[in-house]
Amino acid sequence: MSKSYRDGLPITSEEFVSQLMRLKRGSIGRRDFLGLTGLGIATAVLGRELGLSPTPVNAAENLGDRMSIATWPNYHDPATFENFTKDTGVAVQVNVFGSNEEMLAKLQAGGSGWSLYVPTNYTISTYKKLDIIEPLDMSKLGNFDSKSEDGRFTAEGAIDGVVYAVPKNWGTTGFAVNTKKLAKPMTTWKDFWDVAMAEGDGRTMVHDYQLTTIGNALKYFGFSFNSLKSDELAKAEELLIKAKPHLFAVSSDYQPPMRAGDAWMTMCWTNDGAQLNRDIPDIAYVLGKEGGEIWTDFYAIPKDAPNKPAGYALLNYLMNPQVAVKEHLANGAPSTDARVNALLPKEVLDNPILYPAADLLSPLEFGAAATLTDPARAELMARFKSA
Amino acid sequence: MHGSAFRHKLLTVLLLAPATVWLVVFLVLPFVAIVVFSVGERAPEGGYQAAFTMAQYANLPARATAFWNTLILAPVGAFACLLVAYPVAYYLALRAPERWRLILLALIVIPFWTSLLMRTYAWMYILGGRGIPALLSYIGIEDLRLINTPGAVLLGIVYGYLPLMILPIYVSLERLDRRLLEASADLGAKPLSTFVGVTLRLSLPGVMTGLSLVMILLLGEYLIPSLLGGGKVFFIGNALVDLFLQSRNWPFGSAIAVTLVFVSVVVLIIANRVSTRFSGARQVDLI
Repeated sequence: MSKSYRDGLPITSEEFVSQLMRLKRGSIGRRDFLGLTGLGIATAVLGRELGLSPTPVNAAENLGDRMSIATWPNYHDPATFENFTKDTGVAVQVNVFGSNEEMLAKLQAGGSGWSLYVPTNYTISTYKKLDIIEPLDMSKLGNFDSKSEDGRFTAEGAIDGVVYAVPKNWGTTGFAVNTKKLAKPMTTWKDFWDVAMAEGDGRTMVHDYQLTTIGNALKYFGFSFNSLKSDELAKAEELLIKAKPHLFAVSSDYQPPMRAGDAWMTMCWTNDGAQLNRDIPDIAYVLGKEGGEIWTDFYAIPKDAPNKPAGYALLNYLMNPQVAVKEHLANGAPSTDARVNALLPKEVLDNPILYPAADLLSPLEFGAAATLTDPARAELMARFKSA
Repeated sequence: MHGSAFRHKLLTVLLLAPATVWLVVFLVLPFVAIVVFSVGERAPEGGYQAAFTMAQYANLPARATAFWNTLILAPVGAFACLLVAYPVAYYLALRAPERWRLILLALIVIPFWTSLLMRTYAWMYILGGRGIPALLSYIGIEDLRLINTPGAVLLGIVYGYLPLMILPIYVSLERLDRRLLEASADLGAKPLSTFVGVTLRLSLPGVMTGLSLVMILLLGEYLIPSLLGGGKVFFIGNALVDLFLQSRNWPFGSAIAVTLVFVSVVVLIIANRVSTRFSGARQVDLI
């Protein structure tokens, strides 16, 4: 899954001011304030530069005093890294990325400096082929329990029986609809494209991402999300080009226009769908009945990681269900770990956006590495965008 | 005598060294790398693999629409900038009170201190449904869509590049010998013909500098069309971003980049010719 680096700031100015007021009134503590606003993380990073970070207390192994992680925007509870720094003395520098391809390019170029990163399922085999991903030493990950993980997700992290990555969270790619503007009930990708060219004319958005935009056009005809067959791709292209003049935008930054009411319908990833629905209940999240994409983001360690011990230590820390549950509450994406699900509040588990019914999940497909790197699909996307 | 000539030469070399090193490291070498990439092949997992082929250049028509859109956007955007910038520069150079001039110039330059991304993102909110259209709905104008229209892109371009157009025009107008204007009036020319025959003509070098600066930057523009145009119109800058960061087809991207550099150089040469032809050759000096 690609996420725009603008998917939303960690905190809005209104939220920041309201937290500041709460701090002033004394209804939250200073530590909560730092955590909620992300200032704590900023201070931790600055503190590292100034040599203010706490010294390791009882580190079994020399973890050094800093490490760097590559991840997605809005994907972590800032307090997680602060607490890790408190426990180990290792300051965590967070780098956020806009797409898997950018992450791959940076890692391939070498000298990225990351000791942990968050690739999506379909890139792992490419990292393996390029020999830039570390086979994980599971003995260093005592908090990871393969038995409590959903096998559907862990499978994507292993190649030939070797584990290269462990799951962080999973999600789906559906569409979000403002039901106040588009009242007609919609359940399929066929509905999505038909409404985009009729009632939703000029108000519909598709991702600026070939994997999902072409994949969801293929679903209109019931073809595989990952199809590389030229006749099937030709039909998808015809649909895309027919729909193009009716679209509001080709962009993966869909939250702002959906919130402002400029766009009424958009292709949408789980966590964005949950956030939109939480703030604006009129916005529904729909999974196409024909299927579509299911994805998992993983944690992995680069082969050239400058601080592998700290990378393993942070990964192990993140696999602790007590820590992971806070991560899920912060980023809103569903968990792959039964131990974490057991700790999540009932209203999260009952949220059909996060945990859809089984019959909606079964037709979904994981994006394939070949789909992503296929030059024919890249050219199709370019023709769609220039049409 | 010999020694002083040598010292003079050494001084020249030393003074030029930093700029030369900078240009070689950050312009010449990257350009050579891009040229080498452009005759290579895309590796199966993306990126570059060594080869010698003209296939990437032969494939350029696959981005013909993007080139075409860009070749229209660049001059249209630059001329729109010119129309807005000229009166401002004229006022600043010839009409504004002396003591205000510096402050007004500073006001034009200050927005440049904020990144273009931030300023363009701000326009997304101003033009979006909760911005100007929300205000207009109070006076009964409903459901007006401003964002993701060609007009929004043009507005973003004029806003973003205005200072680059105002400053060179201002400089050329400020140097204008006012006595030429008086002479023109004394000889019976009407204000309009004085403006066209004297002011405009003598400020042409500034106009051409502004036009070529803005046009060349617009040839590579991708941010404003994708943020304010909804990514619905595909420019060559957008094609480059996709080829390098999405499909990771570096050789094809490089071939397009080389072609774009070539087009930019042609634009510069034409601008230079036009500028000297119409003004430089007829430079009048009263003293």
